Amino acid sequence: MPRTLALLLAGVVACYGLNWFLSEFIEVVYVDYVNLIGLAIILAVGLNVVNGLTGQFSIGHAGFMAVGAFVGAMASILFTYGEIAAGPLAFAGLGSFLFCLLLSGLAAGALGVLVGAPALRLRGDYLAIATLGFGEITRILLTAQDSLGGPTGLKRIPKMPLLPGTETWDGGTSVFWIYLFVFLVVGLAVRLQRSTFGRAMIAIRENELAAETMGVPSARLKVVAFVFGAFFAGIAGALYAHYQHSVRPDDFTSVRSIEVIVMLVLGGLGSVTGAIAGAVVVTLLPQLLRPLEEAMGIDGLSMVVYALLLIVMMVFRPQGIFGQRELSLKLLRGLIPGRRGGKTP
Amino acid sequence: MAEVSLTTEVLQYVTNGVAKGSTYALMAVGYTLVYGVLQLINFAHAEVYMLGSYFAWYQAKWAGYLPDSKGARAETVPLYMVALFVAGAMAACALAGMLIERLAYRPLRNAGRLAPLITAIGVSLLLQYGGQVVFGTEPKLFPTFAETVVYDAGGVKIPNTNIYIVVTSLVLMLGLTFFVNKTRPGAAMRACSHDMRTARLMGVNVNATISLTFAIGSALAAVAGVLVAMDQPAITPLMGVRIGLKAFVAAVVGGIGSIPGAALGGLLLGVSESVVSGLWKPVYSEAVAFVFLIVVLLVKPSGILGKSVREKV
Repeated sequence: MPRTLALLLAGVVACYGLNWFLSEFIEVVYVDYVNLIGLAIILAVGLNVVNGLTGQFSIGHAGFMAVGAFVGAMASILFTYGEIAAGPLAFAGLGSFLFCLLLSGLAAGALGVLVGAPALRLRGDYLAIATLGFGEITRILLTAQDSLGGPTGLKRIPKMPLLPGTETWDGGTSVFWIYLFVFLVVGLAVRLQRSTFGRAMIAIRENELAAETMGVPSARLKVVAFVFGAFFAGIAGALYAHYQHSVRPDDFTSVRSIEVIVMLVLGGLGSVTGAIAGAVVVTLLPQLLRPLEEAMGIDGLSMVVYALLLIVMMVFRPQGIFGQRELSLKLLRGLIPGRRGGKTP
Repeated sequence: MAEVSLTTEVLQYVTNGVAKGSTYALMAVGYTLVYGVLQLINFAHAEVYMLGSYFAWYQAKWAGYLPDSKGARAETVPLYMVALFVAGAMAACALAGMLIERLAYRPLRNAGRLAPLITAIGVSLLLQYGGQVVFGTEPKLFPTFAETVVYDAGGVKIPNTNIYIVVTSLVLMLGLTFFVNKTRPGAAMRACSHDMRTARLMGVNVNATISLTFAIGSALAAVAGVLVAMDQPAITPLMGVRIGLKAFVAAVVGGIGSIPGAALGGLLLGVSESVVSGLWKPVYSEAVAFVFLIVVLLVKPSGILGKSVREKV
């Protein structure tokens, strides 16, 4: 326990430091990329527990994100302003912000149970298609909710709360808050992967029938994995809403769910490092290709090249960047010539 | 305006829905054929449909049937020219479909199920963004049929375009059913979808058969593309996204791998969407497809006409 606590404290300090560094030395445009990458990591690492670890193919992640975003945004608006009205943006209070995040995570998690319990009876592609359906229905129902702004969604969502000493930072505290949750989800995912739960989940992925025979409660664990992913997708949604200050139901189409899948498979399904790498590549690649687009003078070229690269990467490395391996000291040691990493007899 | 009885109103929505559903069915067949053979959700199929309508648009442009510079309604096209455009679009899309399979899916045939899925998404994105670069992002007006006649059947209005859509789809579906069930290449397709390895051992040219599957599916998508474009005269590079998802759902609802299932699923979806959107709220019609999907998957996961496969222990 003290070790976990110390780690947590170190994480908080690191996020604070990162935020200070970025707002002090880096241009706002690039800080935006950093934030978007952070949000993508939360989504990808959360979904990796479902898709990568437990082997349940889900393409409805955007639906959970949408629920989290709208629940969190609405709660935060009500806490901060008391009503939906025009006016300047305000900062959310620290307590209410954390409460809203928790609320959105719980709402998405509850939906995860609701969707997961019946849907996880399905296997393979059928499960994937069902989750896709749930995601789309969620979005369409949100579009039809006039109390949540209908198709135009919610605007004037408060800014993320300030911390002591951050009043003068021009980028605000979004980096701190987003990366705090990146830290949490990565830490939990790594812990989970190494725990009995995680091993049991991997067993389900490898052979569900065999796992059940060995006494793994596969139905329950599948729901647990699903809820884990949904919970963090909800939090990512709420963070996204507070970061962008506005959300529309159309921010969460199936295209976004598919994007998260692409991150996972590109990075290497089943590896936390892979999920992070995939999130970074998929978020950053189109931006890195922008200069090329401007140099050539063809609008939209960056996305064309991005799609091409995606195909080429998959054709030449179908197992993803990391495969199922994790980036660890062992792997790094293996890169040093003349030494066998980790596998000393 | 005269008072319209509820029955007439519903019948009107149903007839509109049949036309819409026919185009879904044409698209759904493409998904179902490819899934049947490769167990791959061919995300790029929706973009082949988009390509089909653009191919037809360019043919119309070369033949001189373009809307004038003021963006007024396009000139009308005689029926035999439409048939020509459709044939051209079918050929071009068949080629495009085979090319996509050859370049993006065949190299990954033995790499598991996920990698080809991602390249399918990649191809889909490539064609969407590539389409925006090549064709431009602004919607393009599509020329319409020679004479739009609206028939009146006891208060239910049936435009002749809808009749063309339904008849064309029906003929193509019947032709496809005949092809798959009664010809040798059709038998090869069925053999591949049943068991690819055994089919290869029996002397079936698997690669050629898969190419053929993509060619047929893509040609049908092209027909759907032209028919829809004629009906709602603007086309955009992103026009495939929505109908693609729905047509895929239709294929699953009807029972993926089954051609009659795809037709049934498409019609079911088209009709119920049209009725819901007419009697209720258009927003909800978007959800109809997915509600259908969930219900069918939970009750009979293999779809209405699909065979259920028992898992061997």
